[in-house]
Amino acid sequence: MNTAVRYLRSLLLLELLAGLALTLKHFFRPKVTVQFPEEQTPMSNRFRGLHALRRYPNGEERCIACKLCEAVCPALAITIDSEEREDGTRRTTKYDVDLSKCIYCGFCEEACPVDSIVLTRHIHYHAEERNGLHYDKQMLLDHGDALETQIAADREQDSAFR
Amino acid sequence: MDSLIEIFLGMWQWLPVAAQTVLVILAQIIAITIPLMLGVAYFTYAERRVIGSMQVRIGPNRVGYFGLLQPIADGVKLFFKEIVVPVKANPLLFYLAPVLTIAPALAAWAVVPFQPGWVVADINLGLLYVLAITSMGVYGVIIAGWASNSRYAFLGAMRSAAQIISYEIAMGFALISVLVAAGSINLTDIVMAQQGSAAHWFVLPLLPIFVVYFISAVAETNRAPFDVAEGESEIVAGFHVEYSGMTFAVFFLAEYANMILICTLTSLLFLGGWLSPFEGIPGLEALFSWVPGIVWLFTKILMMGFMYLWFRATFPRYRYDQIMRLGWKVFIPITIVWLVLVAAAVVAELPWWFD
Repeated sequence: MNTAVRYLRSLLLLELLAGLALTLKHFFRPKVTVQFPEEQTPMSNRFRGLHALRRYPNGEERCIACKLCEAVCPALAITIDSEEREDGTRRTTKYDVDLSKCIYCGFCEEACPVDSIVLTRHIHYHAEERNGLHYDKQMLLDHGDALETQIAADREQDSAFR
Repeated sequence: MDSLIEIFLGMWQWLPVAAQTVLVILAQIIAITIPLMLGVAYFTYAERRVIGSMQVRIGPNRVGYFGLLQPIADGVKLFFKEIVVPVKANPLLFYLAPVLTIAPALAAWAVVPFQPGWVVADINLGLLYVLAITSMGVYGVIIAGWASNSRYAFLGAMRSAAQIISYEIAMGFALISVLVAAGSINLTDIVMAQQGSAAHWFVLPLLPIFVVYFISAVAETNRAPFDVAEGESEIVAGFHVEYSGMTFAVFFLAEYANMILICTLTSLLFLGGWLSPFEGIPGLEALFSWVPGIVWLFTKILMMGFMYLWFRATFPRYRYDQIMRLGWKVFIPITIVWLVLVAAAVVAELPWWFD
């Protein structure tokens, strides 16, 4: 009896029809595709993208060359040299990030006592030369200047959790 | 304008009769082949869009409006690619195989009627001709697998040949039921036997046969879920692994031309061909009487084509022994039993299908 019922069910293709109904239902669903260059997926304010060095509102660079970021960096991507400036403050003369080493863990940002080095939400960068992913101090500062409003807003949004 | 036509007619009559015949046949071939090739191109586009939609994505939409130039771009790309012949391959057979595959796929169209009278060769054994010609396609597959000198290709060819031959039998029995019901092997006569209304179409009295026929046809054309001959995940691409550029494109064209041919045959044999679905319904029949029959035929072909893509998006691939079991132990008994029933119904002159 059971066998007969099973044979009949398989002959009527019931399960195959159920499968066809499912795919037909999806056929009419709104599509989830994001058309990349025109559309982009939403990004968290905590996103860890390209690095930047920030300045205080008066234009003074934040970094005090404490080298905590260099020490904490698990990929050894950061290289810092420092010297005393004419006004007696301790400042970096060299702040290089090798993006081909960086693993974007964000420890440098966590370690920084003055919120100088940050990871921004900028992701559209690439290199066409061997050393193109080697960012020096000036490039990082320029990037920070360009994105300062967004960087500040992102940090403000996250401040309650830090 | 008139004088131009006169000049043309004069030139035409000046030609010898033999040349006139050849030119007419050439024109007929072109009139079928060019739309068919365009149909194939846009069938591949439709496939990508439909399967994309069923997977909740968009599919190609970048080249031209809505991606409509995508198949053209693909064709141009394939045209300029290098044709690589494997070392120790048999070059003659290697180049012959794609030709042997596409020739039957195109030749079968000679007997396909698109409207009453719109047929290249209105021969009485139309259905038999189609069966005989499409069976030839298996030679192309086997030779491709053999000539490539590759194990994957050979395995694919073996699988494909066994599968095509197995399902040919079930398909043949299904077609015999149709021609018993119609009382003719001429494709035009088979369509005319379904005249009356949509309820007269053979899809209703022969519903199990219709299902068996279409599933066998999917297996015949080596399409999902019966695509073990290609089996991307098992044997890379089956019999055409070693083919590149235009030789690959020819295999591709043949596969899709075969699919369109099967869709057309299904429409002609079971869905009333060019007959309007509103026939016999008062009011609607008159409303749609201005629509030419070929439009109905194309609509039915498109519906069957959508079924192909729908299957591909839905079903996982059959295991090889299950394919053989389905063909030999399920389809052939069903078709034989139904053939006897249909024959009995025809003898009893059961209205209105078999009278």
